[in-house]
Amino acid sequence: MGAKEKPKLAMYWASSCGGCEISVLNIHEHILTVDEVFDIVFFPCIADFKIKDLKSYPDGHIDVCLFNGAIRNSENEEMAHLLRKKSKILVAYGSCAYEGCIPALSNLTTKDATFDKVYLNNPSIDNPDNVIPQQVTKVAEGELTLPLFYNTVKSLDQVVNVDYYLPGCPPEPPQIWAVLQVIVGALLEGQPLPPAGAIVGAGTTALCEECEREKQEKSIDRFYRPYEVVPDPDECLLEQGLVCLGIATRAGCGALCPSVGIGCRGCYGPPEGVIDQGAKMLSAIASVMNVGDESMEEDELVDKIQEVVDTIADPAGTFYRFSMAHSILRRVKNGKGDS
Amino acid sequence: MSEQFEPVIVGFLCNWCSYRAADLAGTARIKYAPSLRPIRVMCSGRVDPQFVLKAFINGADGVLIAGCHPGECHYLNGNIKTLRRFLLLKNTLSQWGIEDERVQLQWASASEGIILAERVNKMTEEIRALGPLRWYDKVLGGNGAVPIPVKEK
Repeated sequence: MGAKEKPKLAMYWASSCGGCEISVLNIHEHILTVDEVFDIVFFPCIADFKIKDLKSYPDGHIDVCLFNGAIRNSENEEMAHLLRKKSKILVAYGSCAYEGCIPALSNLTTKDATFDKVYLNNPSIDNPDNVIPQQVTKVAEGELTLPLFYNTVKSLDQVVNVDYYLPGCPPEPPQIWAVLQVIVGALLEGQPLPPAGAIVGAGTTALCEECEREKQEKSIDRFYRPYEVVPDPDECLLEQGLVCLGIATRAGCGALCPSVGIGCRGCYGPPEGVIDQGAKMLSAIASVMNVGDESMEEDELVDKIQEVVDTIADPAGTFYRFSMAHSILRRVKNGKGDS
Repeated sequence: MSEQFEPVIVGFLCNWCSYRAADLAGTARIKYAPSLRPIRVMCSGRVDPQFVLKAFINGADGVLIAGCHPGECHYLNGNIKTLRRFLLLKNTLSQWGIEDERVQLQWASASEGIILAERVNKMTEEIRALGPLRWYDKVLGGNGAVPIPVKEK
């Protein structure tokens, strides 16, 4: 090996779908450069690494760790702590690690309800003995254990310190490559790194800035679900009554979904300066409803507005589709006075 | 707990009507529940839903938004926007398991000190009946920083 050792790269998945790993491979021929520049020291998705390998490394051995996936159970959390200890730079990679993403939608319900749906009451489940996973199971050979399944899904920065966030579900290949280039430049040529805690590989403004659809003053009579209308190809989707989270979502993806007629889902998280993406979306979308004016009687006003508000199906799941774990309240109450 | 639970209600009062109503309630020496923590905003339309959520995570048991009557907004229709946001917020918060009584909207003009005071009294009693919210410790379990233990069956 040469005088200078290669920087070490790790990638790990916690509670995730695996799409983030694919997105790294999706940077096309640049993946060869990644392989050339980095020593891959832990990447269970693409090569056979064991936790004992990771444990055997000295602290701070890994230069960059891309951590994707939310913290769903005690194993995820343990791995987050372990990788934090072994890594110089820890990146919350993708929406799950950054803000909970789809796994955190289960923060809209409880652990018991989740288990009930997954293992017991589900048309595609055949479980006559009502078996559900137990943390400890005794068998003839001894005790088997499973991680503790948390009631609340957490984002990575709610359990360990995170150096950078790379949003997206999954992050877009050009953005990933740009970020890797910055990191490589810093590690090999001493170029400056972005400030700690920065959101990298994304813009700062709202997605609408990148969206090429024609935008006029927004005034919405009612909302439609995607199957109810065929959207006009050039007009702003929100103006057509389709819920599009672009106005409350960080730019960076190039407005891919709106460009093909699907409202933005919000996977890049809130733009600069916004804490709670869902609340901001709610605020914006409500104020442009074209219903009710000062001349109406109060009861009529409330009824008319309620009618339009009710055309938004599942507001919590829509506005917080990706950001539930990172929202201000983080989860729902289990029930009256219950924790 | 033998002591009676005293709810904390964060009030966002519009500068032009409701804050003056609260002022009037004070100068007229109207007695009402000491549960309201008033915050003056220029318009009830200035109340970002984030403010409501922040009040809850920081320990409020309820949030009262108060503004001018429809048609009397200093900024023409700020309060109509408030009403739209309020109704959508209520739909969303009901998915959170937050009871309707915890977020309320009251129109109160500058001369309606008594109406504001009565609403605070009523809301205080309603929330007292519901009990404390204590989102941070009770719902999140130490800010979600510690794993919430599996519930005993």
